[in-house]
This record gives sequence, structure tokens and C-alpha cells, in this order.
Amino acid sequence: MPKKPARKTESLFVSGHRACHGCGLALAVRHILEATGSNVIVVSPTGCLETFTSPYGYSPWRVPWIHHVFENAPAIASGVAAALKAQSRESTRVVAIGGDGATFDIGFGSLSGMLERGDDVLYICADNGAYMNTGGQRSGATPLGAATTTHPAGKASWGKTERKKDLPEIVAAHGVPYVATASVAYLGDLKQKVRKAMTLHGPRYIQIDTPCPSVWNFPSHLTLEVGRLGVNCGLVPLFEMLNGKITKVKKLRSKVPVIEYLKQQKRFQHVVATDAPKERLMAVQEQADRNIEKYKLMG
Amino acid sequence: MKITPGAVVKGGTSLNYKTGNWRDQRPEIDAESCKQCGICQEVCPDDAVRQVADRYEIDYDFCKGCGICAHECTAEAIRMKNEEK
Amino acid sequence: MADVRVVEGSEAVALAVKACRPHVIAAYPISPQTHIVEALARMVADGDLKAEYVRVESEFSAASVVSGASAAGSRSYTASASQGLLLMTEVLYASAGMRLPFVITGVNRSISAPINIQVDHQDTISLRDTGVIQLYVESAQEAYDMHLAAFKIAEAPSIMLPVMVCMDGWVLTHSYERVEFLDQKAVDRFLPLFRPENYLDTANPKTWGSYAEGDVLMEFKYAIHKAMSEGKSCIRKIMAEMTSLTGRDYGGLVEAYRTGDAEVILVAMGSMAGTVKDAVDVLRQEGKKVGLLRIRCYRPFPYEELLAAVRGAKVVAVLDANVSMGSEGAVGLDVKSRLNGRPGGPMVIDFIAGLGGREVNSTTVRAVVDRAERLFSSGAPPPEAEWLDLNPAIVP
Repeated sequence: MPKKPARKTESLFVSGHRACHGCGLALAVRHILEATGSNVIVVSPTGCLETFTSPYGYSPWRVPWIHHVFENAPAIASGVAAALKAQSRESTRVVAIGGDGATFDIGFGSLSGMLERGDDVLYICADNGAYMNTGGQRSGATPLGAATTTHPAGKASWGKTERKKDLPEIVAAHGVPYVATASVAYLGDLKQKVRKAMTLHGPRYIQIDTPCPSVWNFPSHLTLEVGRLGVNCGLVPLFEMLNGKITKVKKLRSKVPVIEYLKQQKRFQHVVATDAPKERLMAVQEQADRNIEKYKLMG
Repeated sequence: MKITPGAVVKGGTSLNYKTGNWRDQRPEIDAESCKQCGICQEVCPDDAVRQVADRYEIDYDFCKGCGICAHECTAEAIRMKNEEK
Repeated sequence: MADVRVVEGSEAVALAVKACRPHVIAAYPISPQTHIVEALARMVADGDLKAEYVRVESEFSAASVVSGASAAGSRSYTASASQGLLLMTEVLYASAGMRLPFVITGVNRSISAPINIQVDHQDTISLRDTGVIQLYVESAQEAYDMHLAAFKIAEAPSIMLPVMVCMDGWVLTHSYERVEFLDQKAVDRFLPLFRPENYLDTANPKTWGSYAEGDVLMEFKYAIHKAMSEGKSCIRKIMAEMTSLTGRDYGGLVEAYRTGDAEVILVAMGSMAGTVKDAVDVLRQEGKKVGLLRIRCYRPFPYEELLAAVRGAKVVAVLDANVSMGSEGAVGLDVKSRLNGRPGGPMVIDFIAGLGGREVNSTTVRAVVDRAERLFSSGAPPPEAEWLDLNPAIVP
């Protein structure tokens, strides 16, 4: 392994934030800012990221950052972008970083408006598949089969029975210049995509899979391991779209059966348990197979 | 100290909050085995790995002991040991 | 040479906003506000107004866009009414808390359900707790004047809060009135560029929107309350400055109309006050000692002016075009909070009037004055709020 050069600049997302041990989101944010550089204004909705980075008096953000309310990060970002344009400060870029609850659900309308208007904002959704800040309730991003506190696995039902909302496709349908999916398990790829997005203008969207050890329920040292499994089983396809056309896909060297990914996380134990009805696992595998086919992840 | 208008605070102030006391276990880097690949620094969610000259060092003021560095280390040079309280 | 024209009320507001050189305007339609944002759109489309005009997808986003723009250091503006104003509620609380100034026109219209697009004050009254400053105007001229003042009030360093100029829908927005306009140079002298101390700036990165624990939360909220209460002197000063500029004196935080020796004082806000003034004049001719206290600055509430105006009065009759369901009208509650129990103070009675645009005319006012006098003479304790011109027969 070659020697890595010393990091030249102080991080833009410093230590002392209150993320859980092993938080995938915290790791992703540091690298997002490494890729964007310091000439950005960051907007976040309410959520884990906001909560662990803004106890009064203790902020890790070494870029200007604003949290307003839960459902309006895209609109706040649009407002900031409009102000920068009016003040001829457009070399400063606007980046929104928010969770799946805010992006897929409550802020969906606001996001759609921003995309449709063509506002110059890079919106990054750090997707951990539930309302984690409040303990793990189901969101539109919760994957099929996962147990959440509002959709637990019980005797009468077995966790989320709906598919994960395909937000990248929905965003792409707005006709925006750039859509990509990424994973905190592949930091080089993540940064490359952020850098690419920063060279473009107009609304851009990146969705990053950020495993959550606390609520997905796996040991905190396995965050990247779990992230890799998610990608390599096909449930987390990594691709890049320019003007609606897929231009890059991360191919899978080999197809990992979804059970390898699911069995790492207690939120899927009702799917992988030996006495669990087989249809559950089959349904999740089918999701992965569909992704593999759709995005041509193999071969 | 007076509260700020609108609760606006200066960025970077979280460095005043030492999360090191969250640890149950602490990573220890064996400098001999370390290949200086820098992965530990890259993967730390708390930015608690510093490169000092030729070596990588854990910033124990902030390390929460999540163990990602130890797991991802390409040289198996990091061991997690129980934190002595 | 004075610039005097007959314009639609909405146009007068748009021209006031234009003169204040906003950087960012957020627009979403809802009757009866839409003419304002449409007038601004025409100005932008013709290149007469250089502003970023953001056509948002909801009022929630309208309020959010101006909040974000304000945080980034830009003067910004939006307008709404009724349901749209309610939809903005959460955003307004947050922006007041973060001390983000901007101006918003609250065009008064009834609130669903049932849906009704006529004027009452339920919408803006519902926002009275937010920390947004509220001014209520009686005419298109006053709307023009107060929008200019609103930006200056919002951006005053000791205030730094959103300001809502409330004007009655249809009655003021869609009727035509003679309005005198200031020239741009005068407005520029009155209203300097927006230069906030804190704004989103890469050279000085700061964090907005922290969460505050119980050990400081009350102090943060108190800071807003203090900015509003102590801000009254600043608001008075700015209104006085407008008066020197225009020659038009509306009286400050309140307009005290023939209250000097009045025994019965009516309290009202908005265009309804015009009707009340006419009725007061007629009743005065008949020898009745009546007057009107028109509240212009509703939040912060002008307690000092209220106390001064009602000295010597026997009865204060509040006309509330709103109701706090299960209780009384909001203005009545505010007035009673300061006057009730005051030794030698007047009796205060509250009337719910004009909901859904129900007409408040001179007959109504006369009936109110009669009722007030009778209640006072009876010596009975003040009754529960009365709903004026109600048809109880059709209520199940």
C-alpha cells in the first residue's frame, strides 16, 4: 500500500460532534466537504446530522451552515442560491445535506419544487433508511422487509412490505443535469461524484447509503463492511446519470446473496431467521435481482 | 456569557467538546506493522486520526472507540483494547 | 412634483416593495393576495425590478425561500393570505427565533373550514404568537407607507425580526384608491442597504439553527420578546420618520380617533376602522361621546398607548374580526389583559364581528355603542363576547 501524503488542510467537519459510534453519515459528511471545498454554504433539514452537529455552542461545521426546519431544506437552499445570485456571489455554491426522512417524505414537495425550478443546488441525501434521529421509524426510504419501530416484525405483519421509494429515478424525471447514488463504503467514488456534481450547475442530486450501526443494529466497527455488502448484493446500486442517461455503473465482481447483507443487521432478523417464512427473503432477493438487471450490475 | 442573537454560533466550536470519554474500548496502532496507507484516517467518522510526521496517531480526546479503523486497517496494525476507566 | 395616482391597492404594495429594492421575492398564488405578486412579476419581466423572483411550489416554501435569502444577507419579500399564511406558521416561528428579517404582506382572508375567501382577521391573528411583528393598515396609502417602514423595522439591528403588514383582502387589495408615492431617492435615503452583522459567509463560517437545552431556551425566547417590547420605541421612531417624509401622520402604534373625552371607546383594526370612524362622526353629531382606538401595531401590543387613550372612558368595546374558539376575540383578550381589574378602569366588552366578510356598517356600530352603554349602566359584570349580526336560528 503506498504511503498517503499528509492531509494538507484542516478538516471542514471537525471532531467533537455527537454522532453515534461508527456513524456512516458523519463519515460521509467529512468527505463530502473535502470534495466540495470550503466555498460552500450548507443547508440541512432536521435529522440526525442536524442534531449531532448543532448543540448550542458546539458546531463542527467549518463552513457556513443553516438548519431551519424539517421539510424545507430544499427551499432554504433555493433562497440562499437566489440571494447569492442577487449579490453576485455565485462562486459560493449551495449544498444541501439531509436525511431520508426529510428528503423522501416530508420535504419531498419542497425538493420537487427546487428541482423543477432548476435552482443551483446540490442536494445530497444521506440515506440510512428510516427516521433515525427519533429512534428508527419507517420512512419512504426504508428498504423492503426492514423492521422499524412503526413497522415492526410481529405476529400479524413482518416489517416494511412496500418497496423503497425510487427517489433517484423520481429526481431524474425532473430533467436535472446530474443524479448519482453512492455509498460511504466507497469513499473515493463518493468524492469523485461530489466533485463531478460541483462542476455542473442547476439542481443536482446524490443519494448516499450511510449505514447506521445504532438502529440497523450491528457492531459499530462494521459500518463500511455492511455498506460494502449492501452494494455487492445489488440492493444499493451505485450509478451516475448525466442529463437522465446512465453514464457510469459500479459493476459487481460477484453477486453476493442478499442474506449475507441482511444477516449482519438485527433489523432483518425476522427475514433471515431459520424459521422465517421463505417468501420474505425471496422478496428481498427479488429486489436485488431487479436492480442487477435494471442497472446491468453484472458483466 | 450572554447568549448570541438567534443562537448563531461560530463554526468549529465542537472541538471544545471532547468525545473521548464515550469510549469503552480504545484503538492502539502498532507503529511497527503500520504501512502508513492512511486508511484509518480516511475512515474515522470522528476525524480522530492524525498523521504526525511518519506515523498515524489516534486523537484520544475525540476517539469514540467505534473500531472502524481497526477493522479496515490493511496491515492489521490496530488493536481494540478495553478502555481503563 | 408629487407622484399621485389612482391605483389598485395591490399595485400600491408592489410599488412599495419595488422601491425597497428587494434581492429575492418568493411568489405563490392565493386569493386575494395574488395581484401583489403578479404586479411584481410584471415589473421583473419588464426589467424594472432587478430581483430574483422565485416561483415556489407552496407557501411553506415561499416563507422558506425568503428566510434562506435573509440568512444569506439579502433583503427579501413574500405575500400570502388565509390558508397560505397558516401553512407558513412553522417557518415564521423558526425565522423569528433565528432573527431573520424579511417583510411579508398578510392579506387578510377567512380560514377554512368552511372555505370562504372574504375578509376577516383570523389568519394573521393566528400568527400573533410567532415573534413576527404585525402592523394593520386601513387604506392603500397606509399599506404603501407601512411597507416602506416595515423593511426598516425588520432590519433595525435591535429588532431583526420578520414584519407582517396586514391588509384586508379585496377591500384594500382589489379596490382603487388615490395613492401618493415617494420618489426613489427619498426611499433610498430612508432605507439604506441591508447589511446584517451575521449572515452566511464563507469568510466567517457560522452555524444557524442550533438546538438549545432547557438552561438557555427561555432566555432565547425572552430575547425575542424583549426585542419586540423594547422595539416599540424603534417602531415609533420609524413611523415618525415616515411622517416627516410624507406628511401623513397615522398616530404611531395606534390611531386615537376622537378618544380625548370619549366615554365609549371602540377598538378595531384594518379597513373596518374606516367604517367605525364614519359612525363615530355621526354619533358625535348626536351628542354621544364616542371614539375609536385603531390598533396599527398589534404585535408588539401597544399597552402604553392603550392605557393613555382609554383614560376617562367608561366602556371599551372591542370589535374582533377573529375568534379564539372556545374563548373570545384575540384583541379583546389583549385589551382585557391590561385593563381588567385596573382600579377606575373602563369595562371591556368584546364583540366578534365581520367573520367571512360579514358587513360591519354604521348600523352595526351604533348597535355596539348602544349595547356598550346599556351594559355599563346595568352594573352587571361584563358578559361573554357577543357575536354581532348573528342568525342563531339557523344554527343547529
